Amino acid sequence: MALTGLFLCVFLIGHLAGNLQLLKDGVEAKRAFNEYAHFMGTNIFIKVLSYLTYISILFHAIDGILLTVQNKKARPVKYAYEKPNTNSKWYSRSMAVLGTLILIFIVLHMQHFWYKMKVSSAPMALHTENMYQPRMVSQGVIEDTVVKVYYTTNGSYVPVSEVTVKGKEFYNNTEEQIKQIQNQYDPNYQPKGQNPKIGEGYKDLHSVVYAFFGHNKSDEGVTATDKTGLSANKYALPFVILYVVSMAVLAFHLMHGFASAFQSLGLNHRRYNKLIKITGTAFAIIVPLLFAIIPVVIYLTK
Amino acid sequence: MKLTLKIWRQKDRNDKGKIETYPIDNVSEHMSFLEMMDVLNEQLISEGKEPVAFDHDCREGICGMCSMFINGEAHGPDRGVTTCQLHMRKFNDGDTIYVEPFRAKGFPVIKDLVVDRTAFDRIQHAGGFISVNTSGNTQDANAIPIPKNDADKAFDAATCIGCGACVATCKNASAMLFVSAKVSQFALLPQGKVEAQQRVLNMVEQMDKEGFGNCTNTGACEIECPKGISLENIARMNREFLKAAVTAE
Ligand code: HEM
Ligand code: SF4
Ligand code: FES
Repeated sequence: MALTGLFLCVFLIGHLAGNLQLLKDGVEAKRAFNEYAHFMGTNIFIKVLSYLTYISILFHAIDGILLTVQNKKARPVKYAYEKPNTNSKWYSRSMAVLGTLILIFIVLHMQHFWYKMKVSSAPMALHTENMYQPRMVSQGVIEDTVVKVYYTTNGSYVPVSEVTVKGKEFYNNTEEQIKQIQNQYDPNYQPKGQNPKIGEGYKDLHSVVYAFFGHNKSDEGVTATDKTGLSANKYALPFVILYVVSMAVLAFHLMHGFASAFQSLGLNHRRYNKLIKITGTAFAIIVPLLFAIIPVVIYLTK
Repeated sequence: MKLTLKIWRQKDRNDKGKIETYPIDNVSEHMSFLEMMDVLNEQLISEGKEPVAFDHDCREGICGMCSMFINGEAHGPDRGVTTCQLHMRKFNDGDTIYVEPFRAKGFPVIKDLVVDRTAFDRIQHAGGFISVNTSGNTQDANAIPIPKNDADKAFDAATCIGCGACVATCKNASAMLFVSAKVSQFALLPQGKVEAQQRVLNMVEQMDKEGFGNCTNTGACEIECPKGISLENIARMNREFLKAAVTAE
């Protein structure tokens, strides 16, 4: 319980550090965040950590529920009259309820973002940027034309209009063009290797998050071509509220949980108890607060 | 003072039991809670009713027998006292007072407010002892130098009177404060080192066998304990237990 709980606290710090990048908007920030998300999804070390996290959450939840069932059994006949507030905090007595709410939140939260990032068949917007190409319109008059491009994982740019996208991968031609080439030469020819992959895009998690929590028209670049399939979320407000309330629940779980984990491990010392308590309270307030700020800021600005 | 008492009545272990209401008059605020209960019982006897059975012995806060859960708190609203030391001046004229037995699977009710706390004895038997040479050259305990701080902490732990208020108060009916006091009083002293590893393992095993719940560190026990036994002892026991669990052969 204590070990998994503290491991999850460390996970929270890592997760928060990543998320805080979402507070920045603009091309640079969007690209940096999507590159970061790509790294987090592909790095082997991060993968091992993420499996450890899944296991910890499962183990922590199962352990917590078993513990609670056992503890309920230890008092088969209840008191007629109790005054628990005179000797303990309500949240210290409600860890199982708070934890279960967190578990429900984790499931919903994974549906919102993790599923799109990790399950390859799920529809996912890819990172695009606008490029400006100077073009001579008439004698001596040069104008910029906007060209929408995919930024690929090998660092190149591919105009959106010139590629076919399959999942994250870009192919040179459109299906029709391939068919045309086929028919011209040999209708039975299977174009294996005829249409090689020319690049791979970054999943545009930044825009997905902005579209999810943004209530107005989303970014230019998000709605424009609807290859990305993104538009502002009609239900943004209820989701923002869900996220904020869930972070409040997490705050109370940690308000007791953080210090409690040290006590469970026998780490109680008169010289350090105050420090643990203060650190725990600060952690329980600051971490969920910073998490909660992100959807609120996106909602208010987008 | 005039009071309304709502008291748990239960014939024997198998009876379902229920709360009965008794009005009582002429309670002096100088009485202890147990003296008030004596007055009630005389009243019941004179009415030809069965008196309320409750445990008590020393009536000076040292034996730990007087188990009562009064108005939602073990040993009532006062801090650092047992029921026998609780004065009626802590209540007001006209109050309704609930009196219930300590509730835990490990403390089955025998009759009315009397519960069976022999589970604590069995936990003690499992490891609450030390080996002493009795072959005629028993060493004087005072001959072994012990740091003052350790001696004080061991003494504080040893002031646990085994009353069971910690169990009664805990939302999980956990006996950790009691067991940790009994483990600590030896773990802190050189005399206790001989059986240290086996002691903590056996006592915890017995504690679990008796059906007490698990500690989730709410801290309620420390606040309700009449002897102010510190949560530090629970952490010490966790430490001793983890060490022993990892290294025991
Ligand atoms: C997945 C859903 C979760 C459930 C069902 C759950 C449940 C519980 C329960 C029942 C306890 C112990 C009971 C108690 O101390 O009163 C607990 C303790 C704890 N939880 Fe959770 N929790 C969950 C998620 C989390 C998360 C996401 C974190 C941290 C980021 C966390 C951190 C902790 C900590 C630090 C403790 C203290 C461990 C101890 O007392 O030894 N929990 N949790
Ligand atoms: S630890 Fe305190 S409350 Fe528990 S049995 Fe000992 S004296 Fe009673
Ligand atoms: S009767 Fe002995 S402590 Fe109360």
